[in-house]
Amino acid sequence: MDIEDVHKNTKLLINNIPYNVDEAEFVKPGKGRAIYRLKLRNLIEDTIIERTFHSGEKVEEAHTSNYEMQYLYKEGDHYVFMNTETFEQHFLSEENIGDKKYFLKEGTVVNITMLGDKPIGVVIPNFVELAVKESEVSTRTDTISAQTKSAVLETGYTIAVPPFIKSGDILKIDTRTGTYVERISTKK
Amino acid sequence: MTYDKEDEGYRLARIKPNLERRALINELTRKFFREQGFQEVETPIRIPAVAPELHIVPFNTEDWLLSTSPELHMKRLLAAGYNKLFQISRCFRKGERGRWHNPEFTMLEWYRAGADYMDMVHDTEQLVVTLADRLGLGSTIQYKGHKIDLAPPWPKITVRDAFLHAAGWNPVAAPDPLRFDDDLVGKVIPGFALSQPTVLYDYPALLASLARLKPDNPAVAERTEIFIGGLELANAYSELRDTPEQTRRFQMEIEKIQQERRQKMAMPTRFLQAIAHLPECGGIALGMDRLVMLFCNADSIDEVVAFTMDTA
Repeated sequence: MDIEDVHKNTKLLINNIPYNVDEAEFVKPGKGRAIYRLKLRNLIEDTIIERTFHSGEKVEEAHTSNYEMQYLYKEGDHYVFMNTETFEQHFLSEENIGDKKYFLKEGTVVNITMLGDKPIGVVIPNFVELAVKESEVSTRTDTISAQTKSAVLETGYTIAVPPFIKSGDILKIDTRTGTYVERISTKK
Repeated sequence: MTYDKEDEGYRLARIKPNLERRALINELTRKFFREQGFQEVETPIRIPAVAPELHIVPFNTEDWLLSTSPELHMKRLLAAGYNKLFQISRCFRKGERGRWHNPEFTMLEWYRAGADYMDMVHDTEQLVVTLADRLGLGSTIQYKGHKIDLAPPWPKITVRDAFLHAAGWNPVAAPDPLRFDDDLVGKVIPGFALSQPTVLYDYPALLASLARLKPDNPAVAERTEIFIGGLELANAYSELRDTPEQTRRFQMEIEKIQQERRQKMAMPTRFLQAIAHLPECGGIALGMDRLVMLFCNADSIDEVVAFTMDTA
């Protein structure tokens, strides 16, 4: 495609790596050549690079699509997902998933981004519910810093929670910030 | 470029103060030029030929084009003895869309017999301070967190010195148009002080466009651009009156356009015949949308135009 047709959120393939155009800035001296400054997010590693293009240049569009898949289980350092319509299984490496692994619970339905027939990333819901595996017992003497304490969730994620949270409680977590939202239920 | 969707009613209510100020700026601009003895003119928007420029792409309309600038027709009026004229007109340039661009935009152009490019800078200084004063802003405006002192004279720097200082090379001695554009927007303009306007002048002869070469230094053209708050606001020339030289430059551009854009451009022949009768004169084109942006402290052209290509 022509660089002129690239917009915010266009997906490009550069050196075989898929990028999302996070920002596209158009600058042009009145009589001069148009310059396109792109902020590109690597869709596999989630890193940002900046690239400058000039009018007349061609770029390759990356054709990506999202499919609803259920996270089944982890096998070695691969995460196994199943397309909920076709029941096909797909694999994503731990590296592809990054920190999102802390919010993936077996059975959760997520969106998997595919480049052709290759899965390249996972889009998780904004909120997930996870159980507390272990949590410190808050002590009455610890009054100054007792606004929060740390807890470890079933996915191995360590999070700051209010002092009343107990092991076995189900918590609502905001995956965008990685923070505690509220307690959904508590173990009787 | 696409922009985040916003409810139209809310958007138009939000920018209403800017559009009110825009209307006032139009009115005050006309008043300024009338007071200075300029005649307002109207020239056609749909025309058979534009000035061929490699980096300015016109829209086709049937077999004619939408005007990219009223320059050629205004100079034909000058050649016929109209000595001081101005116009506020719509111009169209394909593919130009961004925070400072919309493919359809408003240009203010004025021409003055007996003037040169620096006289046009002087006119601009007077116009801008007069507008600021009549808008009740005094001579200092706030733009994007900076105070800009508009009081003339505005600091002036040659292209040669500005590039040597900011980019470490001299584009007059070693012309390189692609590197010129990259460094202009990447190094030179960002280096201009935001506290005052900046006048960049004496462009390399290769970038003369429709300006005459400097009589005592033909390596540069009498072309100048004015920057305020990081925005390229206006471009002025001591106008070229040499038909063979202008024909040669247009011919070169037409060939480059044919090579790079694969487009056939018509030669503006009536204009070329007319400039033989052009008096010595200066001319300038000023982006009205950007002037309004400055006076509205607006960060984007979308804040000063009711309907852009994304909302029309």
